[in-house]
Amino acid sequence: MGDVLSYAVRGLTRRHGVGEHSVLANDRIDLDIRQGEVFGVLGPNGAGKTTLVRQLMGLLRPDSGSIMMFGRDVRAAPDLPARLTGYLGQDDLALAELPVATAVATTARMRGVSRAAVREVRDAILDELGLTAVADRPLARLSGGQRRLACVATALVGDRPVLVLDEPTTGLDPAARRAVWGALQHRRDTTGTTVVLITHNVLEAESVLDRVAVLDSGRVIACDTPGQLKASVSGGVRLDLAWRHEPPFDDPTVAMLAGIATTNGRRWTVRLDPATAREALGRLTTGAALAALDDFSLATPSLEDVYLTLGGASRDLERT
Amino acid sequence: MTIVPDERNAPAILSALQPEPSLEPSSGPSTVLLPIPMPARLGPPKMPLATPFGTAFGAVYRGQLARSKVGRIPLLFVASFQSIGILVLLRGILDVDNSIAAGQVVAGSTVLVVAFVALNLLAQRFGALRAAGALDYYLTLPIPPVAVVLGTAASYATFAAPGTVITAVVGVLLYNLPITGLWLLLPVVVLSGVCLAGLGAVVGLMAPRPELATIAGQLGMSIVLFLGVIPADRLPEIGRVARDVLPSSYAVDALAAAFQPGVDWSKVVLDLAVCAAVGIAALTVAAVTLRRVGTA
Repeated sequence: MGDVLSYAVRGLTRRHGVGEHSVLANDRIDLDIRQGEVFGVLGPNGAGKTTLVRQLMGLLRPDSGSIMMFGRDVRAAPDLPARLTGYLGQDDLALAELPVATAVATTARMRGVSRAAVREVRDAILDELGLTAVADRPLARLSGGQRRLACVATALVGDRPVLVLDEPTTGLDPAARRAVWGALQHRRDTTGTTVVLITHNVLEAESVLDRVAVLDSGRVIACDTPGQLKASVSGGVRLDLAWRHEPPFDDPTVAMLAGIATTNGRRWTVRLDPATAREALGRLTTGAALAALDDFSLATPSLEDVYLTLGGASRDLERT
Repeated sequence: MTIVPDERNAPAILSALQPEPSLEPSSGPSTVLLPIPMPARLGPPKMPLATPFGTAFGAVYRGQLARSKVGRIPLLFVASFQSIGILVLLRGILDVDNSIAAGQVVAGSTVLVVAFVALNLLAQRFGALRAAGALDYYLTLPIPPVAVVLGTAASYATFAAPGTVITAVVGVLLYNLPITGLWLLLPVVVLSGVCLAGLGAVVGLMAPRPELATIAGQLGMSIVLFLGVIPADRLPEIGRVARDVLPSSYAVDALAAAFQPGVDWSKVVLDLAVCAAVGIAALTVAAVTLRRVGTA
């Protein structure tokens, strides 16, 4: 276990555009993605996540650097990603007018599922993702979430050893999201499928990923298990406060927190070591400030905290 | 942990504030590698084979055929009415006794139906797919790109093929031409279809914007119309040169020959061979273009 690398990426660099308006979308990225792990790429919009996976799929040529799949150079064998990988891109125009069942069945055939087996394979994946009721409806006439789910079904069908999914759960309701996570973990556990998953959702990253690479401005700023990454954030906790009305700044604890809080209207977020956080919250909830306090929470660091601590600049990661 | 503070429940809040293990950051093992549950037998995966052309073509064709079935029926009418309209129009102008000119008009109008679908609609479709970034779907499947072009073209052709038969039969009746050579319609439609579909796909894929793909496709169709329907001997010199360059002219000539009393089969075979050769070249270019524009 662990010896076989589904992807070995070295020095991957890709620039978009030319001249002074060009953007370095991927900057010397090194990654090892092991067979049978659910590997996440987390980062805000514009971090270079899609550029990275499009290169993994052979859809973009790197300016420099190399990509090996199972020990073979993708540049020397450009058909490798298409043969080994089920891919979910961001656009679905190619499938939009197809009924869900037809989209899944024809994709399965294109991945070499035999004519005899295709119906069974199709029905199984529709059932697994809860799409049976809408099987006969064109994707374009489904809700955004169901439409995305149908596209996920086309990426999963045909049992590839690798899955590369660009934001598979965007727009899905919680039940559908769990169905997708379950489907991915089931494939990882039973057949050793490698999953590379782009997300900007912290909850998703913490729930399903074995390892996560945190991307910011085209660079990998961290790559580890979610637990290890969180443990690396100097033992801090996050104290969130929501004030009912103007906070009582004459309270010394409130004044202290005001100096270090990130504020968003009457919502404050403060990162502290656990003992200080407990002490501050204890003083707030026993003193006069309690009357002004609407809600509060104390939480262990999330991957978002990791991201911000590591110097991530944007704050558009999703938490729900 | 989230507690809504309320003065009446202050004791409950305070008890919730007692130090809890969950407040501490999780401390995992110091090594980066976590045990990942998976089958012990795991080795490098079996390399899945590329899907053969026939299977891929069939799947693309079936998928495209399933797209908005109702919307495609009017296509058949538009494609044939346009050509039949031209036949009727020219019937009032042309000398019916000139069977060579008549044969060419009928053949030109029939190939126009093919051009409408293959050049115009296919250029639009591929232009739209490129603009939306939707070519990724096909390029990340283990299929030959030619299967995508031909499968898509064939699905449109399914709706247009009856239009070619109707146009040819109406033309034969209007211009009193022999119907015996009509079987030649099959190779003519298939080969000119492949040829023009390849060109239509290239035009659509090369166009930087979908509107340009539409304009270029319609322009191409107009050229096929003029150079195909107007008899060759009535074209100016430059028109004749353009006609010789246009691959659909060879399909028109092959079909026009079938309407003449003494068919020169060697010429027909040669014309069809030119169509086939250009068709193969156009498809090759289309396949290369599909991969090139999709993998910048």
